[in-house]
Amino acid sequence: MKSLEELRAIRERMQGQVGLRAEDHTQTRVVVGMATCGIASGARPVLTTLSNLVQEKGLSGKIAVTQTGCIGLCQYEPIVEVMEPGKPKVTYIKMNPDKAAEIVERHLIGGHIVEDYTLASADLK
Amino acid sequence: MTEISLNILDIAENSTRAGASLVQIFVETDTAADRLTVTIADNGCGMTAEQIAQVTDPFFTSRDTRKVGLGVPFFQYAAESTGGSFHIESEVNVGTTVTAVFVPSHIDCMPLGDINSTIHTLIVCHPGTDFYYRYRYDDRTFMLDTREFRQILGDVPLDAPEISDYIRDYLAENQKETDGGAVY
Repeated sequence: MKSLEELRAIRERMQGQVGLRAEDHTQTRVVVGMATCGIASGARPVLTTLSNLVQEKGLSGKIAVTQTGCIGLCQYEPIVEVMEPGKPKVTYIKMNPDKAAEIVERHLIGGHIVEDYTLASADLK
Repeated sequence: MTEISLNILDIAENSTRAGASLVQIFVETDTAADRLTVTIADNGCGMTAEQIAQVTDPFFTSRDTRKVGLGVPFFQYAAESTGGSFHIESEVNVGTTVTAVFVPSHIDCMPLGDINSTIHTLIVCHPGTDFYYRYRYDDRTFMLDTREFRQILGDVPLDAPEISDYIRDYLAENQKETDGGAVY
């Protein structure tokens, strides 16, 4: 069994670092819709991919990955919204882990919106 | 929904939205009896008798973004279609308990799926809510109590990357020791 001793050791190591990651208005927010509609269409692996990549690439200080309820566009789930301070919100629709990884690379790191996957570019009828 | 664990994530989300400070999740498998029992209990705002009567109706929801509420009906159907059962109990200002019993050998029983991913997602995405998770496989059990974690961590948050990794490993290793890597 994995023990809580290990958790104590991690805490010892981390003491003093706390506060560096405090949320502020310069942080980008990445929000995944996690209501029944989102979960049923595959939001959980999308959220996991996003938070793992943000962590791996060392972006945790600048980007917060969180979740929300139903955004009201169930037919386009899984939905990911990217909110950068001072910029209009970008809504990505019909996400999967591969597309999510692309968004981390091209949008969150590269700074370019991945137009192919946005709600704005979807052919709405 | 393709996994029981996705239903659990969905139902537990309702608990956090009900303002629960503690959500308890029990996943208990009894291979001899051919039963998998899932319990999700919260201390949130609860429901009135009228709401309980309507909650299994897919065309009832307390939200106003849309007209349907499929989470509870999906979970109920998933359990009952295996020959199992479903039960919901609630009291205003006390909380809600949802219990679903599955018959794992039934052809219509969906797999439990990635339950650790569900628990990890819940804990890391709801740093303000405490979770008590207990996983039992026949006579072996392990549990994760975020209140206990918080006591050790002090001011280090549960969603810090190092802690998030620890929680993921804790769940994976302990589940494996509890069920011996059984897939169901």
